[in-house]
Amino acid sequence: MWGKLSWEAVPFHEPIVMVTSAVVAIAITAVLAWVIVKGHLPYLWKEWLSSVDHKRIGVMYVVLGLVMLLRGFADAILMRSQQAVALGSAGFLPPEHYNQIFSAHGTIMIFFVAMPLVIGLMNFVVPLQLGARDVAFPVLNSVGFWLTATGALLVNISLFVGEFARTGWLPYPPLSELAYSPGVGVDYYLWALQISGAGTLLSGVNLVTTVLKVRAPGMNYLHMPIFCWTTLASNLLIVAAFPILTATLAMLLLDRYLGFHFFTNEAGGNPMMFMNLIWAWGHPEVYILVLPAFGIFSEVFATFSGKPLFGYRSMVAATMGICILSFMVWLHHFFTMGAGADVNAIFGIATMIIAVPTGVKIYNWLFTMYSGRVVFATPMLWALGFVVTFVIGGITGVLLAVPPADFVLHNSLFLVAHFHNVIIGGVVFGVFAGYEYWFPKAFGFRLHEGLGKAAFWFWIVGFYVAFTPLYALGLMGMTRRMQHYNVPEWQPWLLVAAGGAALIGIGVALQVVQLVWSIRHREALRDVTGDPWNGRTLEWMTPSPPPMFNYAVMPDVEGVEAYWMRKQSAIERQALRPEPEYHDIHMPRNSSAGFICAIFAATMGFALIWHIWWLVALAFVGAWGVFVVAAWRDEHEEAIPAATVASVDRANRAAREAALPTLRSAS
Amino acid sequence: MSAGTEVYPGGVAGGGLALGGGHAAALTEELAHGPSKRIVVAYGFWIFLISDIILFSALFATYAVLTDATAGGPSGRDLFELPTVAVETACLLLSTVFCGFAGIGAQARRNGMYYSAMAATFVLGATFVAIELHEFATMIHEGAGPGRSAFLSAFFALVGCHGLHVSAGLLWLLTMMAQVYAKGYRADIRRRLLCFALFWHTLDIIWVALFSLVYLVGVAPK
Repeated sequence: MWGKLSWEAVPFHEPIVMVTSAVVAIAITAVLAWVIVKGHLPYLWKEWLSSVDHKRIGVMYVVLGLVMLLRGFADAILMRSQQAVALGSAGFLPPEHYNQIFSAHGTIMIFFVAMPLVIGLMNFVVPLQLGARDVAFPVLNSVGFWLTATGALLVNISLFVGEFARTGWLPYPPLSELAYSPGVGVDYYLWALQISGAGTLLSGVNLVTTVLKVRAPGMNYLHMPIFCWTTLASNLLIVAAFPILTATLAMLLLDRYLGFHFFTNEAGGNPMMFMNLIWAWGHPEVYILVLPAFGIFSEVFATFSGKPLFGYRSMVAATMGICILSFMVWLHHFFTMGAGADVNAIFGIATMIIAVPTGVKIYNWLFTMYSGRVVFATPMLWALGFVVTFVIGGITGVLLAVPPADFVLHNSLFLVAHFHNVIIGGVVFGVFAGYEYWFPKAFGFRLHEGLGKAAFWFWIVGFYVAFTPLYALGLMGMTRRMQHYNVPEWQPWLLVAAGGAALIGIGVALQVVQLVWSIRHREALRDVTGDPWNGRTLEWMTPSPPPMFNYAVMPDVEGVEAYWMRKQSAIERQALRPEPEYHDIHMPRNSSAGFICAIFAATMGFALIWHIWWLVALAFVGAWGVFVVAAWRDEHEEAIPAATVASVDRANRAAREAALPTLRSAS
Repeated sequence: MSAGTEVYPGGVAGGGLALGGGHAAALTEELAHGPSKRIVVAYGFWIFLISDIILFSALFATYAVLTDATAGGPSGRDLFELPTVAVETACLLLSTVFCGFAGIGAQARRNGMYYSAMAATFVLGATFVAIELHEFATMIHEGAGPGRSAFLSAFFALVGCHGLHVSAGLLWLLTMMAQVYAKGYRADIRRRLLCFALFWHTLDIIWVALFSLVYLVGVAPK
């Protein structure tokens, strides 16, 4: 009846897991109880869970990413403290648990932290920057989000019911095959990623279509803000790369469930084919993550330097160049596989070439600041921290691109230090910059600057203290993923690294405090004009938080910095443009399809993991039913009356009118 | 419900499934710019189809790598029967013709043409799936199942993935027939029909590649 599932699956004998489970269960119950008792449930359902508004979905993506960041960071703390004490001893984490932790850490940080954060910011910002009312497919957008959340849920369930993969964040065969990983851990990994991968693909299709087809009048390609360009590049990569991941994981599933021989050691299976396939997705994936971060930095540098972005067209060319080149370097992840010197040389050179457009971008950002009036607000601090950190990470990356060097450093902590250097320095710093920068737009009040700056300094100092020792350890020969070791010379470095992780922990805590403090003092931090940073792109033209319909009337775009030009002429004339004529606006109605579909998807995933076949069939029929019911709907849109539109816009115009005399002309 | 005025407000999507409202005044400004919903929906679906083709290309590449990994078991020459595959191909290609007729029927709002063409598409598609399942069953019965060798794993996955797509398409087809029956030729339903037709044609294209690269190359003398 229940397949492989039994009470044995719950790890009652592991105190760490059981205490964590208890804490999580209590926390979830408390939050639910609060929502219900306070009567927030209808609000939550109507305004958030069933919303198809791109801004709400974007915020939910970011919330998912931040919550999962806490989980992934907890894993990181466990690993750092285990390695700090495990000299010649077993430490406090048994090997099978430790292996699950490093696997879960990588999986969560990439798929359920970095991806949701990046997709969330794109979702929130891009339609606003394009001057659009919503994305191309709002209901699909909601489905995509909820499928991503389903994947995250399954990974977290694995902590309490069964186990997670012990294979590392990419389940290399033959270790991940049934013969060597007979438990459900790899299955949790595979189904979680298949489901969330489908969500990511939907999101990619949606955002590509949005950028290419749904823009304000006059917003031609070379008028789009750079963040829209990097979003386009990133989502093109999603559309092109995620199907490869789906196919590869499907093959591993077939091996494990139906006795196929794609990657096994027997019957002609080829484990090395897995490396090629997974990295044909995996390398573009790093650019899927970092390109939007480049876009965020481009916005931040221009805004806080009070200047247009330097070299707009070269930035566009570099972005699209990286988009293409990212598909041509995958083999550098396994130079040691034995493809031969010629092949390795080609991929080594291709890898070095990809550093060129990235270098172009770095110079563009530096020249944007040159002779600008630089304001050191929190987003700008993250951007500056990024430039320094990312350049260091890039240099160690180019070092690893040299095949002979890679043979020495492969799978060592040097590699671990390198990719944390670029992912934290690039993606995480970028997301934090974007979070601080667009928070006032999303909620109508700023985050506390002092706490934000303090968090930044703890983060960046902690980062260097935590990861610089890993470079040294890698050069000393320490490989990654060690549960214990017997080289006394390593321990001092590992202790320092653990200290660095603690400093980052303080940074994380300060960010939590910043958020709570800012919410409690939101009236003092209120942004009434909708333009708190003296912004340049369209999203700052609308109130904060933007109304559901984004713009009362469609903006007409005449240049790259559409809003900046408009603002300058208003400052010169000391008057806004005359009040426009308001019309009814038709917006898509809410849809519960995404949320309900996710319930069935989660059930199906869980049933597949535990081989509960009748439940799989039931859940599939349920999911299909959701789509049919959604397709049977008659009314998809509702009209927002012109009077409502007018009152929203008039209030904002009044605030902007009042602020006009305080604004300084740029000329 | 006037289909002609269906435009994304100001070049803006109102929802992939959305209907046009009757507020002509609000739309006059918006008609000037902004692609129609039909274009946006079809464009998005093309992007999805590209991703689907990439999924198949990963399976094709895998098949190419593993095609000689027969592990002492049967190869394509021993297993493939071209006459059967030719019938399959004829079924699928013919079904696409009827799928096209169904599109014309929907355009002209001619129920007889629409339902009969959709039914013919379904029957031909279902025949294709049935023949394929029979081929699979025979192979497995002869000891040439997917677990026999890496070559057969790749074969079953590639051909089976296509078959799964056709089966999903059949389910979609039935749903579309029911939708037209229940709701008529509404603009959003015609958009879905357009997507379905694109999907069905794409499966044809993939089958042509499959037929050439798997079956024809498979039986070619070495």
